[in-house]
Amino acid sequence: MYPLHNGGVSSTETEVRPREELAEEVLPDTPWITIVWNDPVNLMSYVTYVFMTYFHYSREKAEKLMTDVHVEGRAVVSAGTREEMERDVTAMHSFGLWATVSKNE
Amino acid sequence: MSDHEEVSYGFRRSDTGRLVLRTDLVERGLLDTLADQIMNIMAPAEQNSDLDPIARMVGIDPEIEAPTDDVVRRLLPDAYVDDPESTADFRRFTDRDLRTAKVAHAAVVRDCLARSGEKVTVSADEAQSWLAFLNDARLALGTRIGITEENHQELSDLPDEDPRSGMYHVYDWLTFLQESLLQASFFQDS
Repeated sequence: MYPLHNGGVSSTETEVRPREELAEEVLPDTPWITIVWNDPVNLMSYVTYVFMTYFHYSREKAEKLMTDVHVEGRAVVSAGTREEMERDVTAMHSFGLWATVSKNE
Repeated sequence: MSDHEEVSYGFRRSDTGRLVLRTDLVERGLLDTLADQIMNIMAPAEQNSDLDPIARMVGIDPEIEAPTDDVVRRLLPDAYVDDPESTADFRRFTDRDLRTAKVAHAAVVRDCLARSGEKVTVSADEAQSWLAFLNDARLALGTRIGITEENHQELSDLPDEDPRSGMYHVYDWLTFLQESLLQASFFQDS
């Protein structure tokens, strides 16, 4: 899962790396995503509220994602491990949003 | 509901920060009935006593099946597209918790109504349950009347004899309540 930096010699699981380096490498390498789909019932303000409340996104980011859902029909709202995405989708369903887990391809 | 002269203002924030909804008896009765219906639709199934106690303890339902009712399917949608196996697994692990959460939100609404008269007062915490309940109720009604992005006007213009007409007007009123509560409880601050 981690990109290799040591000239083809694979790193071992016991190798200790600085935390910042790990974060940088893990973030772009997120194989699962949460998609929120447009539906005719959910209010635009409610969708924005959900994104701000649950993901703690700024109002600007939440409104951008909400607009993407509304206009494009769907938006990727989070990325991470499969477990994390299932947790996010569960939360979206508890709010009544229509969300699914996908592999990031 | 909207027949009386007095204009409904939806939820408003009082000077003390509480959220207040002025209602009449019919409106309170309607909200209470809807909350009761959501609780019934979402009530988790009785668990089989033969179930592995560990599975029961962590809320897993090995026997859970995909809902057949359109409303339940909308309230508890598939978590994967074109992946029945992962969807079924997800349901086994989340169905009970999601149902329990939705029932709890509706119960908060019923509690607020039970302690209130004309003036329904809701705390900030309770407002979150109201928002989720109003959304669930709108999803349920919207699914029953087959709402789409395009047919709002058509539904709004239905003759009174059409059973969808009454449901659409309730839906429309819940939309107004939800929007007013969002503005009063959340967007006024952000």
